[in-house]
Amino acid sequence: MGIRFVLMVNKQGQTRLAQYYEYLTVEERRTLEGEIVRKCLARNEHQCSFVEHRNYKIVYRRYASLFFLVGVDDGENELAILEFIHLLVETMDRHFGNVCELDIMFHLEKVHFMLEEMVMNGCIVETGKANILTPIQLMDKTS
Amino acid sequence: MAGSSSSSIMDNLFQRTLDDLIKSMRLQLLTESSFITKSIEDIRREIKSTDPQTKSTALQKLTYLSAIHGVDMSWAAFHVVEVMSSSLFSHKRIGYHAASVSFHDQTPVLLLITNQLRKDLSSTNHFHASLALHCLSTIATLDLARDLTPDLFNLLSSSRVFIRNRAIAVVLRVFDKYPDAVRVCFKRLVENLESSDPQVVTAVVGVFCELSCKDPRSYLPLAPEFYRILVDSKNNWVLIKVLKIFARLAPLEPRLGKRIVEPICEHIRRSGAKSLVFECVRTVITSLSDHESAVKLAVSKIRELLVDQDPNLRYLGLHALSVAAPKHLWAVLENKDAVVKSLDDEDSNIKIESLRLLMAMVSESNVVEISRVLLNYALKSDPEFCNEILGSILTTCGRNVYEIIVDFDWYVSLLGEMATIPHCQKGEEIENQLTDIGMRVKDARLQLVRVARDLLIDPALLGNVYLHRILCASAWVAGEYVELASNPLELIDALVQPRANLLPPSFRAVYINSVLKVLSFCLDCYINQDEGTASSYCSNFAGRHSEMSDVKKDTETPELAATCESSTYEQDEDFNPRHSTAESSDDLSVENGIDRVVTRFSKRNFTHESVVSLLNRIESIFGSLTANQDVEVLERARNILAFVQLIKADIIDNSGQNVDKKYTQVSTVIKSIRDAFSMELGPVSVSAQGRVAVPDGLVLKENLDDLKAICGDTEPPSSSSFYAGGPHFGTTLDASSSNPLKNAESGPSNESTSLLEHRKRHGLYYLASDKSETIPDDYPPANDPKSNSNEADELAKLTEQSLLLRKKTNQMKSRPVVVKLDDGDVAPIPYKRPEPRDSSLSGAIKEALLGSETHQSLSLDKSSTKRKGKKKQGTNIPSEMKENLGDAEKLDPENLNSSSKSKERRRRGKEKIVEGEESDQRGKKKSSHRHGRHKTHQRANSPLNVVSQTPVIPDFLL
Repeated sequence: MGIRFVLMVNKQGQTRLAQYYEYLTVEERRTLEGEIVRKCLARNEHQCSFVEHRNYKIVYRRYASLFFLVGVDDGENELAILEFIHLLVETMDRHFGNVCELDIMFHLEKVHFMLEEMVMNGCIVETGKANILTPIQLMDKTS
Repeated sequence: MAGSSSSSIMDNLFQRTLDDLIKSMRLQLLTESSFITKSIEDIRREIKSTDPQTKSTALQKLTYLSAIHGVDMSWAAFHVVEVMSSSLFSHKRIGYHAASVSFHDQTPVLLLITNQLRKDLSSTNHFHASLALHCLSTIATLDLARDLTPDLFNLLSSSRVFIRNRAIAVVLRVFDKYPDAVRVCFKRLVENLESSDPQVVTAVVGVFCELSCKDPRSYLPLAPEFYRILVDSKNNWVLIKVLKIFARLAPLEPRLGKRIVEPICEHIRRSGAKSLVFECVRTVITSLSDHESAVKLAVSKIRELLVDQDPNLRYLGLHALSVAAPKHLWAVLENKDAVVKSLDDEDSNIKIESLRLLMAMVSESNVVEISRVLLNYALKSDPEFCNEILGSILTTCGRNVYEIIVDFDWYVSLLGEMATIPHCQKGEEIENQLTDIGMRVKDARLQLVRVARDLLIDPALLGNVYLHRILCASAWVAGEYVELASNPLELIDALVQPRANLLPPSFRAVYINSVLKVLSFCLDCYINQDEGTASSYCSNFAGRHSEMSDVKKDTETPELAATCESSTYEQDEDFNPRHSTAESSDDLSVENGIDRVVTRFSKRNFTHESVVSLLNRIESIFGSLTANQDVEVLERARNILAFVQLIKADIIDNSGQNVDKKYTQVSTVIKSIRDAFSMELGPVSVSAQGRVAVPDGLVLKENLDDLKAICGDTEPPSSSSFYAGGPHFGTTLDASSSNPLKNAESGPSNESTSLLEHRKRHGLYYLASDKSETIPDDYPPANDPKSNSNEADELAKLTEQSLLLRKKTNQMKSRPVVVKLDDGDVAPIPYKRPEPRDSSLSGAIKEALLGSETHQSLSLDKSSTKRKGKKKQGTNIPSEMKENLGDAEKLDPENLNSSSKSKERRRRGKEKIVEGEESDQRGKKKSSHRHGRHKTHQRANSPLNVVSQTPVIPDFLL
């Protein structure tokens, strides 16, 4: 499995989105998130975006006040994951228009939906922004 | 009835939506936890509502709280199922999302959703089907996978791409849970590789990439399809995945490498996407290392990465180099300046990667220099990186029973030096290696005892808890190999110094046991020497004996000990243990210009008075330990005391004139004690326990869970010792283990006096004392880090010299014998894990691939007439292929064996290995126990890549 989890965490270390592609108990998730956040948020922008943690490799990127952290298998292509994060941000930006932390907080479901369009079972299945957003726009229209 | 419906209406009217929830949480009128508790109360009420809107909103809030705030939602599983079955998409979506977040294999309600999923999978509304697919991809269990495989099969050829590529992604989970699904679905999955739709190809390549992790060989027949994608696809995501697949396939089939190397190099040259280029580089260095020009190209790309501004690229460059290191050391050498520079990087991850790379360069010829420089580096690093460095030196040097160490004297001294580095926290590993080397390498023992002495004698080290294990090992070494010690009396002093009570009881016990060993050795020497050369000492003793007998009445008084000691030790007053790490005491005596010392002090010469005073001192020191709480300490202290009391009277009574007669009784006692310690200890095989038959009536696998209830709240003590919690020891178990100072001595007054007294006698063991009586706890710098300011340059120079793989000509001594056990006494360190084999899945896939080849080729013929010819050839493959695969697998262990043997032979040329008959029997056993042995060998020799076999696998790419 390529991608194991996607986290969005703000500067204060509060989780804004957590999507796991393998089952972990609530307790395991909390400790894992705590460890990762402590590890990654302490790093500065002159340091690289890859952190090894337990048996994961964490690829992260910071956009304004929000950290995007993706846990992947060891063999995964780190740069591709960085591109994936960027694609996700761009997609959200296109949908929300100048996306910010609040958008993600209040439209968590939509963000989850976008992620579902992009990643299934840890594999990236869709990389076209338009394709990702079509179903969401359809849903917006009907509701 | 009316009541319930009205309440549900009220709920509906006044229910907080998710937005409300988030807003009020942001207002923070209540603390977060109390707010969440309150919200959960609301949700619990609302979720029981009959109104689907209320129910789904409640579930939505619960899911949010669970995902973001870690609230347990397993209790709502049934409600999740209810909401899933709603016909309204917006409700259904909430239900499905909740299910994929909270359900797992053990969720009981999973049995209830099979029909719901089936209904949604075949729904005409493709959004409903998509929801079901997503859910299935995260929660599918064996039952669900089995029951829904037919539906999935239909969707795999769905005309709606939207559905089809989701179905493809689900296949991965279904195969994993229910391998039999392969028989049904695999053919359609393969057909999708041919799809003209890029979305479908993305999904299917992703699935194959994951599948090929497990058993790449099964996917060799699909190489032509992957090759086409590699050449044709414009999508970098897809290309990266295909490259990953090829990286796994290429080592299995050499001809494949020839075909793909050109397109990959083309991507490296042309592509502007760094991720793709990096993936190509990684593929080349891992799997195409035979293709020289490609490797050169890849290494040149790595170099670009190494000097880039972006730390990400630098990190990846180092990472790629360390992948290349085992096969292409030249690539590392070419870039060594960049590697060394990275050791100073701001980013600790980059530093660690560079450290790994340096360790990869380590070989027999340069291990000394690299370790030296790294150790200096460790001195000035932050604690974390310092220990990272120490850890990697220890692992590298200790690998495969100290494979790369030639000069063990040097290595043992290095271990001692590591212990004195202020940040050192590698006590356990150093402890293991010190004792291990002692047992395995006879020639290193002399140096080992010296190092142990230097460590034991330094009171400052006792203050550092991380070093206690090292000191414990040193004490053991000092006791075990005391016959090599230059000055056993000094060892005893070091072992009984007052600060030893800082040690935890279990280590203290080792100290005490070592005292017994050293003491018995001293006495043994004394008596033997008296017997042999008694006459020469007689005159000496005669004069002193009178004063001895005067004071012997009050043997316990410290004055006696003090006088005796001062006479014994006066000659090395200005001796500082810290400055003579490598010097033996002989050098010392020469330095002092007192030749007499050599005769009096060197190994086997003990005067009567020194022995008597020694006995007295031991008696007084261990007398206080008889009140110790720890049974280990207590018992050993008593043993020593009993031993001393047994022999003391006799020894003191002897005037020295007619020793040979009177000592007979004592000497038998001492001799028998000595004999008890004389058996040499050897390394113990890890599998030794397995060879011991379990006695009848002993149940090893009994469930001990009941014990948890009893000792659940008490933390297991760090040592394996028991505590005799007598009525007058009010301290609890925890306090006694965490505060050794308190329990080691029976009372504070006692301690301080003994400390003062010890100090008076052995000023040399202490650093220059302040006016106050506090003992300096801080570390003196082990090496002066200031002197190594231009570390990087030095290292660069060093690597330049030592990495040229030159032969070491000035090697003074040959490598000493290292005892090894026949069956791999240490768990071999795998360089690379053996591939996990998922037999059922890969078996099914092989069958599906080979069985369906004809179908496949038919469908392929339709799709591409151009490649008809190629495919025709492909159709001949199956039967042949099947045999070959079988052969290949049978060949596998033999190949591994033979190569491992040749490796063994090589090594034997270099060094003598004390090895059992295993290697001789290997050949015989091979045939009978092929399967079992195969596994162990694969583990033991895992550095070998799976040797590419030469069975005839037809060239798919022609």
